[in-house]
Amino acid sequence: MATKTVSEFKKKNIYFKISEVLVTMASKPSGFIGLSILVFHILLAFLSPYLAPYDFKAIDPSLMLQAPSSEYWFGTDSLGRDVFTRTIMGGRIALTITFFGSLIALLWGGLLGIFCGLVGGKIDDVVMRIVDAFLSIPWILAMLLIVSLLGTSTEVLIPALGFFYGKGIVRVARAATHDVIAKDFIVSARARGHGNLSIIWNEIIPNVRDAILVEGAMRWSWMLLGFSSLSFLGFGVSPPTPDWGLMISNARGLMSFAYWAVIAPIVGLSSLIIGINLTADAFAKALGIDRSTKAPV
Amino acid sequence: MFFLIIKRILLGFITLIIVSLITFVGTEVLPGDACTTYLEREAYGAALEACYERLGLNVPAHERYLSWAYNVIQGDFGYSLSGQMPINEVLGPRVKNSMVLASAAIIIGIPIALILGIVTALWRDKLPDITISTVTIFAMTIPEFISATLLILIVAIWLEWLPGIVIVPTDVTITELLPNIILPVIAIAMIMTAHMARMVRSSVIQVMSSDYVQMAILKGVPYWKMVFKHVLPNALLPAINVVALTIAWLLGGVVVTEVVFNYPGLGRLVIESISNRDLPTVQALAIILASIYVSINLIADLLTLMLNPRLKTLQIRK
Repeated sequence: MATKTVSEFKKKNIYFKISEVLVTMASKPSGFIGLSILVFHILLAFLSPYLAPYDFKAIDPSLMLQAPSSEYWFGTDSLGRDVFTRTIMGGRIALTITFFGSLIALLWGGLLGIFCGLVGGKIDDVVMRIVDAFLSIPWILAMLLIVSLLGTSTEVLIPALGFFYGKGIVRVARAATHDVIAKDFIVSARARGHGNLSIIWNEIIPNVRDAILVEGAMRWSWMLLGFSSLSFLGFGVSPPTPDWGLMISNARGLMSFAYWAVIAPIVGLSSLIIGINLTADAFAKALGIDRSTKAPV
Repeated sequence: MFFLIIKRILLGFITLIIVSLITFVGTEVLPGDACTTYLEREAYGAALEACYERLGLNVPAHERYLSWAYNVIQGDFGYSLSGQMPINEVLGPRVKNSMVLASAAIIIGIPIALILGIVTALWRDKLPDITISTVTIFAMTIPEFISATLLILIVAIWLEWLPGIVIVPTDVTITELLPNIILPVIAIAMIMTAHMARMVRSSVIQVMSSDYVQMAILKGVPYWKMVFKHVLPNALLPAINVVALTIAWLLGGVVVTEVVFNYPGLGRLVIESISNRDLPTVQALAIILASIYVSINLIADLLTLMLNPRLKTLQIRK
């Protein structure tokens, strides 16, 4: 009879936990709605290039500002482009950039927070003061400055967003580390002679992981909000890339006449943000973490 | 107590110094400077040298920072690049306009948020809570530019009740400004109210489940007397801090809302100065916005300290 190795057991345990959390999340109506919206948007992001009925950048002056019809489901915009095509493709860039941005935010924010919580003392004081200072610069000013000086390419946006939304995670990770650091199992690990790295990896991370993940899920929706705001202001992706924020800002001037060109991307972006928010809330509840009293910093 | 207040104020100043360093280093490290952007393609040779000379950019960075900081402490932010005007003159009316907008939103928002938060907490999981909570979740998750755009579309274009876009000169008087700002105020107040109402709700719920409230119920204290005497004072104190953090966070949203409504405030100045790469103005704006954030938090901290006798003794014992 083959015995299971420890790593195999751990792996199985993690898969079990993920499916358990997903089931708990979907068992409440709000969590179910959130998850469905999110899955729908992710599928749409992958499949939309194959589903799109027209070319997203095909300009045709003779088709300018057509009302929704059987041919153009959501009408056409001021350059005669199909709004339906651009709407279903409008979330791709936003989802990709903010997903990887949140991963970066999770990584550096989580690790720095754990480190600060563990070492404490002078280093902790200095780092937290700097994090506080970054928190007091409005995100929009900092992002605009970076983007206007470095450009709006994906390679700039992902790390910039990741950096700016990670500073709040530092505080959460640090607080979570403070909560576990005085517990007996850390003391006994020290007594067993484990070094800092081993303690971080084996004792602290498994215990603070949930709190940091929930925070990261929340950051994702804020980051999406931030990224779309940048696009809306004209500092995000550059035309003719279909992006909801950019579409709204372009169609806004003519919305007294062609309201469809504004409504379609608004529905797209709002539903995605609400979906992520509901999912993040359900995720927090499923993991038993209450973050309703926290400020969005 | 006195030392505590001094300590908080000092920490606030340290934060501001770090912010100024970050923005200074940031504008220094990132490629391009005031002269190369100002002169664009002619940025070489004698013209560039002359520009550096004129703006004093040929001095080492740390000396420039010190002289800039020295002037800022005296309330002088230097000259803006694009307008060739003292930044103080550019900022003055903008700060005033933004203040009007923000205070109107706060005056309307806070009472509504309190009422909504208390109602949703007391009728937790009942119909009023479910309806209001759903609406607040929508109001706080949807980006500012979307709710602002929808407001313009529905109220100004379809119903034709109010003007959609603010068309006033920057140096407008407050009485002329007020009728124009109803929609922007609603847009900002909506998001702010939603955030605060959520926090008040969870704070009240927390206090309602605490031991002394249970005790009061057991003792037979009348319900509303208990709510107003035992619950609210204890629930609203911790909410002050969180609300302050939220107001500061919403500064970013105010920038976007001002752009949507074409409102001549600080937010639009942020966009304009960044589009023009007017770095001195950007630095001034960073300091001003950060000071607003720091002072709001400081006031909230001090308010909680003054209103909460428990916290006062706790901090002194430390």
